[in-house]
Amino acid sequence: MTTFTPSPGQALVDQQQSLHFLRQMLRIRRFEEKSAELYSAMKIRGFLHLYIGEEAVAVGVAAALSAEDAVVATYREHGHAMVRGMSMGAIMAEMYGKLGGCCRGRGGSMHLFDAEHRLYGGNAIVGGGLPVAVGLALADRMQQKKRVTCCCFGEGAMAEGEFHESMNLAALWELPVLFVCENNLYAMGTALTLSESVIDLSRKAAAYDVAAATADGMDVVAVAEAARQASDAIRATGKPFFLECRTYRFRPHSMFDPELYRSKQEVEGWKQRCPINSLVKRLKDRGWLDDQALDRLEAEIATEIAESVDFAEQSDWEAVEDLTRFVYSDPEVN
Amino acid sequence: MGEQMRTLTYRDALREGLREALQKDERVFLMGEDVGRYGGCFAVSKGLLEEFGEQRIRDTPLSESTFTGAGIGAALGGMRPIVEIMTVNFSLLALDQIMNNAATYLHMSGGLFNVPLVIRMATGGGKQLAAQHSHSLEGWYAHIPGIKVLCPATLEDARGILWSALLDPDPVLIFEPAVLYPMEGELAIDAGPVEISKAKLLREGNTLSLISYGSCLHKCLEAAETLSTEGIETDVIDLRVLRPLDDQRIIASVSKTHRALIVDEGWRSGSISAEISARIMEQAFYQLDAPVERICSAEVPMPYAKHMEDTALPQAATIVETARRMLHG
Repeated sequence: MTTFTPSPGQALVDQQQSLHFLRQMLRIRRFEEKSAELYSAMKIRGFLHLYIGEEAVAVGVAAALSAEDAVVATYREHGHAMVRGMSMGAIMAEMYGKLGGCCRGRGGSMHLFDAEHRLYGGNAIVGGGLPVAVGLALADRMQQKKRVTCCCFGEGAMAEGEFHESMNLAALWELPVLFVCENNLYAMGTALTLSESVIDLSRKAAAYDVAAATADGMDVVAVAEAARQASDAIRATGKPFFLECRTYRFRPHSMFDPELYRSKQEVEGWKQRCPINSLVKRLKDRGWLDDQALDRLEAEIATEIAESVDFAEQSDWEAVEDLTRFVYSDPEVN
Repeated sequence: MGEQMRTLTYRDALREGLREALQKDERVFLMGEDVGRYGGCFAVSKGLLEEFGEQRIRDTPLSESTFTGAGIGAALGGMRPIVEIMTVNFSLLALDQIMNNAATYLHMSGGLFNVPLVIRMATGGGKQLAAQHSHSLEGWYAHIPGIKVLCPATLEDARGILWSALLDPDPVLIFEPAVLYPMEGELAIDAGPVEISKAKLLREGNTLSLISYGSCLHKCLEAAETLSTEGIETDVIDLRVLRPLDDQRIIASVSKTHRALIVDEGWRSGSISAEISARIMEQAFYQLDAPVERICSAEVPMPYAKHMEDTALPQAATIVETARRMLHG
């Protein structure tokens, strides 16, 4: 099915950063495993799209962003929210539909927003976040703010007109957007080869004269390095950059997916390239991690997750009287 | 001593509103197809590029969805964008951004992100532009919670609506009936911003309420004049705001006249006129002396030929006939 060749992962150079990457990826992985469990327990409802397998992308890209930068993400964005600095509790409570959630339980799993960490969704219309990212970058440009807007989307979005319009406009107006394509090979259940005439996606950027690179999305170090180069280029030139990260979703598209469109062997093959296992191996080989340290890390994360579940459980439900609040800013309208 | 007046067109009044906004607030900018070098498809923004420069008067590619979405992003990023979409039919290419993003962000984010965006577009028929440039879809947009829908019909509103819309913290859509651009009239020299939440009573009578907006408002005023010569005095209400509707003004008028005729350039089925009719039933049923009636556009894609287009659109003569029938049977 796939023509991608596995790589053993880039050599580690920075112990502290490598351990930070591991922590972040494990936080996402374990948090989402818990989310799936809570979905089965009917604590979380609606659509739940897990990022398991793709963690290296959000974690690697986040390392290239500063607190002032903005992120526009998709409906598979728990990881992005976490690496931007949002608390697990705010995310978990949101998925519970509770008032303590980052959006008061209005958005759920697909619509995480956070003003403090400049996360502009949680956008669940494929391709719909790209124009918004272009506009955020335009505002920065017009206000002479030296910030980057990072826009994450799946490869499915590249078949949408908004991808092409947004790449064109960002290039034409020289706007500081980091377009990150998280290519997990399937637009829901439609394989890349069934939806794109050109599957080497970074080639598409050439049509708009946008600088582009492709990274191994299963290697957090490779993603971080590619994202750093991309963001350096954006900060130096003010122009957009397109970064394709080749990755894979280990879990079904959502909780309603019988996975008829791909084989178990294919999934198992990709799991051999798990970004977490791969990093753990390199850390151990390098002597920067041992089993005890890993256990401690797992225990800390388990505690953080347990606290987030407690927070969500104990959080209140929004009063039904507030249903129409925030349709408009003025509560008298509507 | 009356106010000092001057003669200008609806188009000029809109341009004055734009100029005022661009002068008053440096966060304001205009973007859309042909707004700069071409001067605007309907010449509304003519001369603004020369005056304000290309940073603030931005010609965009033909990418309605993306420049509208970019308006949303720019609004979130601290600017006060005015997005011009050439006509309402083209706005359907941007409907995803308007409906799924602009209208939802505030509520969906639990109050975190309001979108102070203004979108202007031409609407309506009457210019023989046929079935892809002539429809009146503002009633559709009025279905969507989270946005405000305005339709200036008078010079005063054309001049004053924009600044007020820009002060609004939420997305505001302004529909400009294309047939009104060359409309000439008198306006006070010091005309400025107008309030944007209320309908307006433009003519008073006690036998019938003519309720309308946009270009049909002028047909109602013409009909009211004719009816007046026959001794039939009518209220004429300019809705001005299609969302949220000013129920109070509508109900007060109907409670006085006991008859309502709604004139709406949209298609009849599922129209804003249907909504207004329903609200009258809900809130003033026992005040009515006759069934509420509606005159809408024929339910066809707008034809090109003039006689056919005229037949498809509401006309003053039909309003007069319907009013007579409602009053005299």
